[in-house]
Amino acid sequence: MTSELLNVQGLETQFKTPEGIVHAVNGVGFTLKEGETLGVVGESGCGKSVSMLSILKLIPQPPGKIVAGQAMFRGQDLLQMDNDEIRQVRGGQISMVFQDPMTSLNPVMTIGKQMAEPLMLHMGFNKVQARDRSVELLELVGIPRAADRLKDYPHQYSGGMRQRVMIAMALSCSPQILIADEPTTALDVTIQAQIVELVIRLREELGMAIIWITHDLGVVASIAHRVAVMYGGFIIEEASVKELYANPRHPYTIGLIGSLPQIQAQGRKRLYSIEGMPPMLYQKPRSCPFSPRCRWVTERCRNENPLLESINDNHKVACWVDTVTGSERA
Amino acid sequence: MTEMTTIPSGDNQLLEETKSDRKITWLERILGPDNYRIVTGLFKTPASIIGFVLILIFILVAIFAPVIAPPVGSDPMKIPRDGFSGEPKGPGAEWKRNVPEIPFWYTPLTGNEEWVHLLGTAQGQYDIFYGIIWGTRTAFQTGIIVVVATVLIGVILGSIAAYYGGWVDNLIMRITDIFMTLPYIMMALIFSSVLTPILGRSLWPPLIAMITFGWMGYARIIRSDILSIKERDFVLAARASGVKNGRILFKHILPNAIFPTLVLASLGIGDVVLGFAALSFLGIGTEIGYADWGQVLSFARNWITVLNRYWFIVVYPGLTLTFFVMGWNLVGDAMRDVLDPRMRGKS
Repeated sequence: MTSELLNVQGLETQFKTPEGIVHAVNGVGFTLKEGETLGVVGESGCGKSVSMLSILKLIPQPPGKIVAGQAMFRGQDLLQMDNDEIRQVRGGQISMVFQDPMTSLNPVMTIGKQMAEPLMLHMGFNKVQARDRSVELLELVGIPRAADRLKDYPHQYSGGMRQRVMIAMALSCSPQILIADEPTTALDVTIQAQIVELVIRLREELGMAIIWITHDLGVVASIAHRVAVMYGGFIIEEASVKELYANPRHPYTIGLIGSLPQIQAQGRKRLYSIEGMPPMLYQKPRSCPFSPRCRWVTERCRNENPLLESINDNHKVACWVDTVTGSERA
Repeated sequence: MTEMTTIPSGDNQLLEETKSDRKITWLERILGPDNYRIVTGLFKTPASIIGFVLILIFILVAIFAPVIAPPVGSDPMKIPRDGFSGEPKGPGAEWKRNVPEIPFWYTPLTGNEEWVHLLGTAQGQYDIFYGIIWGTRTAFQTGIIVVVATVLIGVILGSIAAYYGGWVDNLIMRITDIFMTLPYIMMALIFSSVLTPILGRSLWPPLIAMITFGWMGYARIIRSDILSIKERDFVLAARASGVKNGRILFKHILPNAIFPTLVLASLGIGDVVLGFAALSFLGIGTEIGYADWGQVLSFARNWITVLNRYWFIVVYPGLTLTFFVMGWNLVGDAMRDVLDPRMRGKS
């Protein structure tokens, strides 16, 4: 098997707000192998984006603060790097694509200038080289008349094309890891499909590892090798994509997959939903964060927070209850 | 690259089609759609057009001052004097000493063969017409120098405060607040009086004083605009691709945040010229006889009780000043209307 590229352990991030300290990420740990795609799913506010921004030290500080953890990347802890070192990594070895392509490009700069920026920064290209490479990249992501379109401003591009530009920029310095933060959420469904297809094709051509953050379980199923489910700032279940969909073990994951609309559903069955709202974490939870919404909840769930434990080779879950038998785990 | 063909291309084709239809002028390309809308909106109301015409006239007067009023003596900025007598002479009075050359437009327009004091003379026989024409240059000079300097100071301090935040922001903005509590014209008066013995009588003491106490508005405006722009996604995207702080601030944030400040600056030119005239009227600034509207006005100080006879000392420079400030204010008003999101779609 290929080697480990990124190893995150015990990552904790907090935000200071007028109402108190919000514990957004509470000890997230995962590994990413070369060429692997990890899907990170969970509902809004569960800490998906904050975890990934923390790895690149991109959360605004203050009010945000990374209080604990390490993120080992090629033998170095990203979280211990100073500003200059981490800037070398950002956009170079690890790059990001963001949710909303309509706002992720600078409206008063031409596409060509924006694309040239990381190339000149990380690859040491001059203007001519950067331009030539930008044309190649735009062609790679399927934008016609690429050389002409470099002179255009973002408002002359459609949403789908802007996201292609964002992806082209993110891939321009041949990163080893691409972090995609809900890259398809702001696009309509047909464009979503194009973007997912594009990323899959580029992954095969370029061989980078991908962390794909989303709350769309369908997209994850089509692109990820492994999936981590997050809730309340924790990873509560992690498994290979097939295992997770076929055999979800955490009550939250079961609820998520159960709430997908099914095309084969017979009759007038109501769509399943998980009762309640995700918690606002003003304290680090001592109980299982999902316990108020869980139908398997036990006394232990309310007093102790379960840790992520392996139940077989490619499946980890953080739950005191074995949801298959319904009894408490040892 | 055979796989290229498998990419659905409906999106691209749609864009191609719309693109050929939509004509994007070079101005819109440079400014972007938002700023383009603002600039075209500026030329739509009668008031703003009057403003632009007024400003244009003053610009032409400043440029063609040597043609309109041919310089007498070595320094054209010195108002020519027709003798030294105290009592002002009315418009049309004969010009005896230091008579300027007659320019080509003069005889056909006025019907006179000899040069007369077109707008009369002030105390000390300073020619008011010369003071007004050459004073236009002083007005632009003071307005532009003070506005450029105050915008520069305001933008630098405001952007540093907004971008770095925290205690830097607090420190800079509290200093700004302290400066804002000081009464502007009084502080400018005191400071330029202190500077005058050091720098001598020239434009600079009032200019420096006005710059020192005039930058706070710009600092506040640019700070608030940067605070909103820096939360935008493209700034995070730029940080995520490893762009340095300074470059993010100056290349990504400032160009998106500077427009409202520039509007305020254009309004500022009128105010600065008015303030400078006030200081000048009070006797601070240039040496006596320098072509400057405030100074021409100040020649009327001793004759205020008999203005029914010597009205021309006040009326001509006063009207000039009024039109100049009105021109900038009309343009500024139009800019404010175009920029105000609540006014969007109206007018």
